[in-house]
Amino acid sequence: MASDSITGEAASSRLWDRFSIKTKRVIWAWTFLALPILFYAGIRFYPTLQAFWLSLTDWDLLRPANFIGLVNYQKMFADPVFWKVFQNTFLYLLIGTPLSLVLSFVIAFYLDRVRFMHGFIRALYFLPFLTTAAAMGWVWRWFYQPVPIGVINGVLGSLGIEQQPFLRSTVQALPTVLVPAIWAGLGFQIIIFMAGLRAIPSTFYEAARIDGLGEWAILRKITIPLLKPTTVFLVVFSSIGFLRIFDQVYNMTTNDPGGPLNATKPLVLMIYQTAFSSYQMGYAAAQTVVLFSILLAVSLLQLWIMREKK
Amino acid sequence: MRNKAKLAGLAAGISFLALGSAQAVEIEYWQYVFDTRVQAMDQLIEKFEAANPDITVKQVTFPYADYQTRVVAAKVAGQGPDVVQLFYGWLDNFVNGELIQPLDPAVFPAAEIEAEFFPIVSAMKRGDAYYGLPTAVRSLALFYNKALFTEAGLDPANPPQNLADFLAAAEATTKRDGGGNITSAGVTLDMAGQDHHWWREVLIRQNGGVPYDEAGDVAYNDAAGAAALKYYTDLQTASKVGQVGFMDEGQAAFRAGLAAMTIDGTFRLGAFADNPFEWGVTELPADANGLRSNYSSYFANAIGSGAQGEELAASQKFLAYITSPEAMEIWLNVVGELPARRDVALTEANLADPVRAPFLKGLEYAHTTKFYDEAGQRQVAIDMVNRVLLEGQSIEDSLAAAATAEQAIIDAATK
Repeated sequence: MASDSITGEAASSRLWDRFSIKTKRVIWAWTFLALPILFYAGIRFYPTLQAFWLSLTDWDLLRPANFIGLVNYQKMFADPVFWKVFQNTFLYLLIGTPLSLVLSFVIAFYLDRVRFMHGFIRALYFLPFLTTAAAMGWVWRWFYQPVPIGVINGVLGSLGIEQQPFLRSTVQALPTVLVPAIWAGLGFQIIIFMAGLRAIPSTFYEAARIDGLGEWAILRKITIPLLKPTTVFLVVFSSIGFLRIFDQVYNMTTNDPGGPLNATKPLVLMIYQTAFSSYQMGYAAAQTVVLFSILLAVSLLQLWIMREKK
Repeated sequence: MRNKAKLAGLAAGISFLALGSAQAVEIEYWQYVFDTRVQAMDQLIEKFEAANPDITVKQVTFPYADYQTRVVAAKVAGQGPDVVQLFYGWLDNFVNGELIQPLDPAVFPAAEIEAEFFPIVSAMKRGDAYYGLPTAVRSLALFYNKALFTEAGLDPANPPQNLADFLAAAEATTKRDGGGNITSAGVTLDMAGQDHHWWREVLIRQNGGVPYDEAGDVAYNDAAGAAALKYYTDLQTASKVGQVGFMDEGQAAFRAGLAAMTIDGTFRLGAFADNPFEWGVTELPADANGLRSNYSSYFANAIGSGAQGEELAASQKFLAYITSPEAMEIWLNVVGELPARRDVALTEANLADPVRAPFLKGLEYAHTTKFYDEAGQRQVAIDMVNRVLLEGQSIEDSLAAAATAEQAIIDAATK
């Protein structure tokens, strides 16, 4: 018994010695990588593939899934609610991303120059990012109420301006929900932008000033181009965020989720309702596949547009 | 040495305990989280276990929003409950999904059920088999704020009894600011709350229609349905005595003392109990001819499909106990919901109770909507009203769109 294991060990150590250092490094690297890869394959990639398969079935949780081909997709593309939701999702993206980036850049740009209570102001901007989306959604929901409890309408009323329906309007509801979502994400974007600004070597600015460049030219020729990696990251990051918006919408419209009349319903909320209110898992999976494709396409498109031109 | 002896004693104790639990049957009871319901069930379990020492009942609760998903997921995992609470409107889903089993007619004879329970219990019947029994039932009534009534010069002892008086009372109690905005509503308008039941089972019938035909298909897309919808939306658009979304939710507006009247169910009694003003309850208003209607619903208790043998016998005993007169009394006192047995509910004391009586009277003429997808069908009603109020769609067009959408839900569930 004992001699067996010794010879076994000897054999394996001889095999190990035969590898070059480079090969050994590769083996070690893969050994350490194996765990996260297995983990991700198990909890990320496998369910993703499974969702593609489910989208071709009529699974409803209770009965076994039957393959039904593209019926779910046909149903989805023929459903006016889906197109409304599709449109909403892009409205969140197209209004939310540019607006939040411009705002956060402007704030970061000026905050970077503020010395007085710099840390405190920065913390104030960052605070909403730490707040639970659900709590925030509810507070804003009350802000938007009609009088007598709605703060915003109360102010409008005292200024003699007509009451606004906000969440009770099919036109105003979506921007109304978007405002707290942008506000909540602002702190994070400001911090990242400020880190980007600090990373630009001050010698560039000094050289530019010696050459007599104005502030606007410095901003346009130095700051913005050198912030590009930061901007790319934030554009992709916040786009994905707005495409996946859910918490704010759900918490601000729980009585009629995504309402009124689907005016605020994003794709994620539709998926949630299809899956967990109607138990149409196959149909929900088809919607998920569409969301996945949009996220992938938008991210790739942005990376391509904002790639380094060599 | 001493430690070893202690350890041995402990081991013996544990094995003894294990032996004890192996002989007893443990069953699981599932319901959703709602403080008073959980408390009432704890009391019932305590009493049941005292009478049946060989059975232990474990109460498992989930948030309401997750409840159905949990039951379904547990079935997929093969770990479902033995006795489970379900809304009567979920029955088809639960039966089709084989989540529950029919009640054994030898233990729960149909004739006895029909003689002793309120007739609405028939919503738990499919074919000849009953699938569950309720402990308590719910109905709707009109809650009114006595302080606001007095302030408006109305008699708080004489709440409105018909729709004309109801509207007059709403007009008298509505308060507006200089800009014409409502600062205190006459009546709450909240289709996401109980108003869709009021529209469906009460207003449509009072206008001479029926919400659904014999086959269970949508039947409200006619003059009666339109008149009912017009009556409802006119409360906001014509007489301006209420506003959808005022104070966010109807019940919140009433609780805050900023709405004179609201239509709500028995289950709200607990929440309204500590309102800082005097309030009363009366039957839902009758129409001009005195016709009254009401909507009644209930959560029933059923036996999970997984319960077999000993557990099935224990589950049947437990189900029989929680639907017994004694359990109903406890439930009435703790939760405030009405007993599902006629003789327990219609006692002289209950009928003389100013709060319970209007709900009990409502039960006698109540209808129970056969829902296929309660959330989906409610959404149809919410959207119908929103199209009229927010998009200015005509009553007839919005009603027709709602009828088509709801029929699609019914078709999808029945085919």
